[in-house]
Amino acid sequence: MRHSALALAAGLVASAGHVCAAQESTPPTAPASARATDTVRVGPMLGALSTPNADPFPSTYRPFASRPTVIRNVTIFTAAGPTIRNGSILLRDGKIAEVGATVSAPADALLIDGAGKYVTPGIIDTHSHIGAGGVPGENGTQTNDVNEATAPVTAHVWVEHSVWPQDAQFPRTLAGGVTTIQVLPGSANLIGGRSVVLKVVPSRTVQGMKFPGAKYGLKMACGENPKRVYAQRGPSTRMGNVAGYRAAWIQAEGYRRRWDKWNADKKGDPPSRDLGLETLAEVLRGNILVHNHCYRADEMAQMIDIAKEFGYRIRSFHHGVEAYKIADLLAANDISASVWADWGAFKLEAADAVRGNMALLTKAGVRTIMHSDDASGEQRLNQEAAKAMAEGNRIGVPITEEEAVKWMTINPAWALGIDDRTGSLQQGKNADVVLWSGNPFSVYSRPEKVWVDGAMLFDRLDPSQQWRTDFELGFVPANRGGVK
Amino acid sequence: MRARMMIVVALVAAAPSLSGAQTIAITGGRVYPVSGPMIENGTVLIRDGQIVAVGSSVAIPADAQRIDATGKVVTPGLVNAGTQLGLVEIGAVVGTRESSARGRDGIAAAFRPWEGLNPTSVLISPARNAGITTVLIAPSGGLISGQAGIIHLVPGSATDMLLRTPVAMVATLGPARGPNGMPRAETIMRLREILDDARVYRTRRADFERAQTRTLAASRLDLEALLPVLDGRLPMVIEADKASDIEAAMRVAKEYNLKLIIAGGAEAWQIAEKLSAARIPVLTGAMNNIPESFSTLGQRQENAGILSKAGVPVSVVGNAGGGDEEAFNVRNVRYEAGNAVAYGMDWNTALRSITLTPAETFGVADRVGSLAPGKMADVVIWSGDPLEFASQPERVFIRGRQVNEPSRQDLLEQRYKTLPPNYRTP
Repeated sequence: MRHSALALAAGLVASAGHVCAAQESTPPTAPASARATDTVRVGPMLGALSTPNADPFPSTYRPFASRPTVIRNVTIFTAAGPTIRNGSILLRDGKIAEVGATVSAPADALLIDGAGKYVTPGIIDTHSHIGAGGVPGENGTQTNDVNEATAPVTAHVWVEHSVWPQDAQFPRTLAGGVTTIQVLPGSANLIGGRSVVLKVVPSRTVQGMKFPGAKYGLKMACGENPKRVYAQRGPSTRMGNVAGYRAAWIQAEGYRRRWDKWNADKKGDPPSRDLGLETLAEVLRGNILVHNHCYRADEMAQMIDIAKEFGYRIRSFHHGVEAYKIADLLAANDISASVWADWGAFKLEAADAVRGNMALLTKAGVRTIMHSDDASGEQRLNQEAAKAMAEGNRIGVPITEEEAVKWMTINPAWALGIDDRTGSLQQGKNADVVLWSGNPFSVYSRPEKVWVDGAMLFDRLDPSQQWRTDFELGFVPANRGGVK
Repeated sequence: MRARMMIVVALVAAAPSLSGAQTIAITGGRVYPVSGPMIENGTVLIRDGQIVAVGSSVAIPADAQRIDATGKVVTPGLVNAGTQLGLVEIGAVVGTRESSARGRDGIAAAFRPWEGLNPTSVLISPARNAGITTVLIAPSGGLISGQAGIIHLVPGSATDMLLRTPVAMVATLGPARGPNGMPRAETIMRLREILDDARVYRTRRADFERAQTRTLAASRLDLEALLPVLDGRLPMVIEADKASDIEAAMRVAKEYNLKLIIAGGAEAWQIAEKLSAARIPVLTGAMNNIPESFSTLGQRQENAGILSKAGVPVSVVGNAGGGDEEAFNVRNVRYEAGNAVAYGMDWNTALRSITLTPAETFGVADRVGSLAPGKMADVVIWSGDPLEFASQPERVFIRGRQVNEPSRQDLLEQRYKTLPPNYRTP
């Protein structure tokens, strides 16, 4: 009886307020900030102000204090090989130092007996809006900063500028074993702006959460959302959508050429900067990864052709409820699929959702990813994976636990371009680790402890090790005491 | 030629359900009757669509079809009390939404959404095949949304599916919604005004018909529909999350002698003892811990467990919000119950919370919700613990007939499991 707006918002997130904004048919002018830079005098600082690779909001994240930790007698899903039964893992200096049947145990190590428990890599979600769509989010726009639904192409916005680090959804996501997320702009626009990859850690600033060295992503969206939001001013059809993407890439290609030429010969004044085209040019140079919201198989095939026309790669299709229909095409083009276990029918382009999507994709050799697009589902990606695994087994496409673990760890790490640093339990990788109370594919299991870069940031057994945001203090009951 | 063969195959597959009126003995399973203790190696005997015996030493007639459930788990068909199944097909397609009346000023007490029930909804068979055999369908929107009904997911026409209607009036209390929304106290004032005028209507109906009363606060149909609520014959489900809103609903219920059921109830755990003392059932979930609004700041996954331990009759329904658990994923309620166990609910109570408790709360426990002689034979044979992801509903019986037609989702999966020849080129 809870008629949550979220169900309808699945994948569109835009609330009524955004739709209204779109109906005002705001002319698509370049943002003031972008125009202002036209007059900036460039001298010795040449490039610092105008080079797209500049990092104007650098990560200030530093790993939290940690001590060497050994978990013993535990079942380990490494996401990099066979399950290790009755194994051990040593976390030291923020890294995975050893993993195997036995490990060395430094004298000062915290020893944890993992009998009956399971260890996995920290979960990674390629599709989050938390922080940008914060809570409480009722009645308006105070905390809803997901969709810049003022023009169909808003490549100039960066979602990190919407992220509120005190959103109470962050600690809940961490308690769900999720250590890394990609926060994306919403799907109201053809091109929605830059994403950001965050560590799920307490911080006063978003800079303190940014995953060091992670590439940015670009959010694109197909289908019903843009054409609905811009029905009055256009695009109002799918063909209008496609024309919109192509026009943007044509502009971007010209912009990239002008800048690449100037960067090579440094002749005369540099070309004018344009924040939106700067982002798109970086996609064309391969420095920003494309994350494309797209439901229907036929539209995904068209997006693949557009990418080929302009020479960029799509890193992951998001939602892809019909991805199973073109699994061969995705595999051939090395495009990952970030999908749900069982969301569907909330709009027509989601009508062909099947629970076997992930199993069928995996069978076809597609890098398959369990994503959430939902702060509640994000806390239980393990349960979503369990559902998708069970369906594979039901329809005769068996999925092993090892494979299902990859859906939520190393595969999303690849989609975010951070699979060399996290996403699997291998020596030298970041010690992003979850200790589960039981098999993570059981409905009764929960993350018991969560480490980010070797630091234990959540302990279900110790209330003092449970992060509460500033907002929660006083507003949200501590859920302790007074309960029989 | 191929098409014809497929028709033959379909007929053969359908044959068992056509000859459903027979005697079936499900033997050897671990039987959870829910109305009584678990029976190891139990037998469930079904005849003519009804359960005739449940126990460990049931005499099996010679003509009975025996189904060996050794190593399996046998439960009643599940009851999901939080759905809009058959009322909403594609959420964003207006022509397929039958769940909200236009009403007058947020009042639609006379709205009976099952009159618009779509028995051919493609979302029904995924639920049914997953072991959900009975659902509550409830309207939404406005202050008084309309009436809820209990729907039996028996294959058939809309009329065949109406198990009991109405079973409750549905209303919502809470924060102001939108820029012109009413503050909490005004919402309650308005509810009182309507209940008062329903009383006026009841005592002065003849005057009302002659237009000799003042203008009443709701339409004739809406006032009429509220009379069984005032009589205490029809419960009123009030959706409320904030503990103080739930208490306000309890005050109104006491004042007007309403039979109250709370839905949502995000902060109900904070007043569990009061709800228990007043014997007020609660419909809530176990998968939401997000302070999504200032009315749900205390939302937590332990809610269902705390309430049930305090003695409150809890029906577990989907409440995570994101996965469309009211239509597309009605089937997922068993996982919600599993999560309730993970957060403190006793396992047997959790199974009861998706079978007998909702059946009792909505007055259909004489027919569904447990395995007992005389009840409709809604039975599920599970491969294992029904609350676990890995467990599959292997056989589902409704009124003694095994249901097994593939869902639209099954057909799509079958089509794409191996690419059809005419789809070879992408």
